[in-house]
Amino acid sequence: MSTKPLFSKLSRRALLCAAGCAVATAMTFSLVHTAKADDTIKIGLIATLSGPSAKSGEAITRGLEVAIDELNAAGGILGKQVELLSRDDESNPAKGLTAARELVQREKVAVVFGGLQTPVSLAMVPYFNQVKTPFMGPWAAGTPVTKNGAEENYIFRVSAVDELVDIALVDRAVAVHGSKLPGMILINNPWGESNEKGLRAALSARNMEYAGIEKIEGSDVDVVPQLTRLKEAGADTLFMVANVDPSAQVIKSLERMGWQVPVVSHWGPAGGRFSELAGPRGEEVEMIQTFTFSGNMTDKAKDVFAKLQAKYPEIETIKDVTPAVGVANAYDAMHLTALAIENAGSTDGPAIRQGFYDIETHAGLIKTYQNPFSPDVHDALGPEDYLFTRFIDGEIVPITTN
Amino acid sequence: MLITSALITGIALGAMYGLLALGFHITYAVSNTVNFSQGASMMLGAVLGYTFGVTLSWPMPLAILAALFWCGVFGLAVERFLVRPFVARGSNGWLMATIAGGIILENVVLFTFGKEPRAFPSDLAKEPIQVFGAGAYPLQFVIPVTGLAIAAGLWLVMHHTKIGTAMRAVVQRPEAARLMGVDTQWFIAGSFAVSTVLAGIAGMLIAPLFHVAAGMGTLFGVKAFAAAIIGGLHSAWGVMIAGLLYGISEALVTAFFGSSYTQIASFSFVILVLIFAPNGMFGRAAIQKV
Repeated sequence: MSTKPLFSKLSRRALLCAAGCAVATAMTFSLVHTAKADDTIKIGLIATLSGPSAKSGEAITRGLEVAIDELNAAGGILGKQVELLSRDDESNPAKGLTAARELVQREKVAVVFGGLQTPVSLAMVPYFNQVKTPFMGPWAAGTPVTKNGAEENYIFRVSAVDELVDIALVDRAVAVHGSKLPGMILINNPWGESNEKGLRAALSARNMEYAGIEKIEGSDVDVVPQLTRLKEAGADTLFMVANVDPSAQVIKSLERMGWQVPVVSHWGPAGGRFSELAGPRGEEVEMIQTFTFSGNMTDKAKDVFAKLQAKYPEIETIKDVTPAVGVANAYDAMHLTALAIENAGSTDGPAIRQGFYDIETHAGLIKTYQNPFSPDVHDALGPEDYLFTRFIDGEIVPITTN
Repeated sequence: MLITSALITGIALGAMYGLLALGFHITYAVSNTVNFSQGASMMLGAVLGYTFGVTLSWPMPLAILAALFWCGVFGLAVERFLVRPFVARGSNGWLMATIAGGIILENVVLFTFGKEPRAFPSDLAKEPIQVFGAGAYPLQFVIPVTGLAIAAGLWLVMHHTKIGTAMRAVVQRPEAARLMGVDTQWFIAGSFAVSTVLAGIAGMLIAPLFHVAAGMGTLFGVKAFAAAIIGGLHSAWGVMIAGLLYGISEALVTAFFGSSYTQIASFSFVILVLIFAPNGMFGRAAIQKV
């Protein structure tokens, strides 16, 4: 039996031919890929697309897609069609950072959009500043996301900002509920920490004390022990900062305790089936938002809602656009980003950053933006854009106006 | 009121850990193996209970029975495909295989049931009642009663019935048991079915207090295993009592020191128990005669 090695059976010429063919094929694919990349402006999205907070990623995606459809119908950006590349961060900061590297290094995206989770955004911020790629936050409200201390800051946001939200929460608790000794029930993560700092500062500015600060975990079945501590410390109002599931656990625990206390909340409960999970008491929670379609009769709101219905047939009523903040923030952020790239005249990171600063005016869905960004201001929305809302029959309804 | 409410919370949570831990105990007692997909089995019970009872609007008793039946089938599948092949080869691969099985089940549920958590309605978790000044749902008392009743039932079966004697024979001398006509494979498969049914019961009991979601069982599974280790995997009463102690200590630590310290204190307690009682508080050292 012959034991001759395989290679010795093949001629050197045949091997060289095969290698040449492989290199040629690889180069062709590479050229096609490069040509395709050059034909489009790539926009990245790193958001939670699975798990309990998936609804937030869906809302951001919808806002971006409607805006991109409008941009592409009008000829795109810099004469090129806009392409959205989405990655799921699974609410995991490490996965967000991995996706950021992949989108920037392999896909060469012009700008990356973030998602709901402040911890994920905070994990990616140093990387985007290092590689000089603009990052746009349409949701995560953690103060240090934009105020990150970088010498050259490439992080922009069209969303609420914790430290400003916290001032608004304290103002409402005092003005509407006559609060003198509020308590805090906060999610045990960087978002909770960001708001703990903001609420302490807002209370300190009013020379107010607080009854206590309690932390909750996403897996807490029962929050009665934490709430009992706040009740025994004399809390007359609760500031709540947590996403849908833990917020619902807080409300169910309050119901169980029979403690009738006003709850003034950050916008966490708006991200999913809060009213179903929290039960009837959930309708008493007052939560901050930047936008609702409910009660909004502007032509722009009607137009965007009609486009959402046309693109996503499952949207039948305003109730089906929950949470609207994700849609509206992402929609306006995409149009502002398009203006920044147009101003830059290229997809070069530093030029786009300057392009954001050069935006003068834009009639958006949330408001008409006037010089929304400057080297000192990377947040396009402020306290004057916030409104308080409640869930009523599963729909987020405004109880104040912005 | 702080202590009362913490005790009520802790007893309900602890009984649920105990129920899950009983599942670890029963497979270990019969086959010296453990089903690490207990957390996922718990989630399966809640998801199926919700699907049959809420989505398909079946009468709740029928929905519960159907959910438990399928939990049992899942347990049989775990034993047949994720444990038996590895044990037959003398490998400990079942450890990783049962963890992987749980992760696969979670992901299947994520795609079929959906990404968002749902509320599991229950008449026992609608109107709170006042107990020594603390509010609680009747379900919070049903959970420990159910858990203790099941632990007592298991103990009675194991120590006062022929089936129990046969089960103990299977783990002590499988060859001798086989020679005496005991179908050892049937008992091992049955123990896995019982373990996943217990997890399913725990899932449906806790769901009205929590919610139903694909990832709901992961942390519960880990804590229940901690309870099983503290109690001693050989003892049904041991794991149940350890589950209760674990739940109560969690709630008391949260009540007095805040929830930031809960996991630190709970898992430090697990390590301390293992240092001073390596076989658990109620376990016994296995005697190997050579």
